[in-house]
Amino acid sequence: MQPTALIIALQNKEQSALQSIYDMYATNVYGIIYNILRDKELSEEVLQDVFIKIWNNAPSYSEKKGRFFTWILNIARNAAIDKTRSKSFKNSYQNLEAENFVDILEDNNNFLSKVDSIGIKKYISALEPLCKKIIDLLFFKGFTQKETAETLDIPLGTVKTRNRICIDKLKQVLEV
Amino acid sequence: MDIKEYIASGILELYVYGSLSEKENTEVYAILQEHPEALAEVERIENSLKELSAAVAPDLDTSIYSKIENRIDPEDNSVIPITRKRSNLPMYIGWAASVALLAGLFVQLNKNKELRQQLVENQIEKQLLEGKIQVAEEDLSQTKNLLSVLRNKEFIQVPLAAQQVDPNAYATVYWDKENQKAYIDVAGLPTPPPGKVYQVWSLGLNPLTPTSMGTLDAFTDNKNKIFSLSNPNNSEAFGITLEPEGGSESPTLEMLYTLGAVES
Repeated sequence: MQPTALIIALQNKEQSALQSIYDMYATNVYGIIYNILRDKELSEEVLQDVFIKIWNNAPSYSEKKGRFFTWILNIARNAAIDKTRSKSFKNSYQNLEAENFVDILEDNNNFLSKVDSIGIKKYISALEPLCKKIIDLLFFKGFTQKETAETLDIPLGTVKTRNRICIDKLKQVLEV
Repeated sequence: MDIKEYIASGILELYVYGSLSEKENTEVYAILQEHPEALAEVERIENSLKELSAAVAPDLDTSIYSKIENRIDPEDNSVIPITRKRSNLPMYIGWAASVALLAGLFVQLNKNKELRQQLVENQIEKQLLEGKIQVAEEDLSQTKNLLSVLRNKEFIQVPLAAQQVDPNAYATVYWDKENQKAYIDVAGLPTPPPGKVYQVWSLGLNPLTPTSMGTLDAFTDNKNKIFSLSNPNNSEAFGITLEPEGGSESPTLEMLYTLGAVES
């Protein structure tokens, strides 16, 4: 559901709307950022920046340009990727290229907010290795179809259809 | 359009990811308005992605929202301060720029004037130097000429010794017999008093027959003190006397300054 009334209130700079938007999307934003940065403290910093940007730039959002979720997703990915170019990040984290979101799910030391251990197993087992990679690049990292095809060395035409199959499986497991 | 096929194409997933172009986004939006099935599919995709992204998020510190709240300014939406801020700054910048430009122009003008003046001065100096060089070159060629005369072994060199009138006086005659020319070096003679002039004589000795070779006019103006006179005579000696301006018919022997015989 598009939170249309909330978006309008947000665009009118009503602070209560920002609180509601935060409650709705903070975990998603945090997950996207954390998957890119892999550092709780840095991710929390970026999370704050993202909601400041949502507050400041809300008037520029239009439903015709895309989903509100997608708009927030873009802001989150860009802010996190910007952070990876910062000195403090470069100094401490070098080899994150090969990792994808599945590592986070498999890492038992992580205290994940919404999913129990059974849920985690469901996510992972439902996805083929290629699906995990495609979803990681397209959804979490914001790659284009072309970039995804090149990175995974698969034909450009199959990215879209293969991704469709992967998301279908995900929907089934999650019973969405 | 077959909406099932459209949904199966996978474009709606890309739409939610945000990996479509702006134009494609507009097209999808139009279709979603017409086909509730497609819109429902978008919602399902979005929900599963929300679950997925939430699943990878670590526990969220509950204090974060208050930090965000502290960083936003609810008054920020009032329009007036923004426009006021905007209206003044460009004006000041504009004025500052024009003042800077004027100052710059003035400086350039002044510089230009200075450079022109300097150019004129340089041209004058150049002309002066050229003149000096020309004079020096003339001097040099004259001196070279004289040097070639002095070194020419075909010339007969006749030293003229001092006489009673002035014991310090001396002179030398370089006689180019073949070309009937004589060069008289009188650097050792005092400057003649006003109204007087040196006169050079060619002498036959037996008997003594003086023949005037000419007067040394403009004595002071001749810097080298070397005069060139013609001498067609069969000279046996040369003498120089001080005579009244214009010269005399015969030498005033009391005023004989130097005398020397040609060695044979």
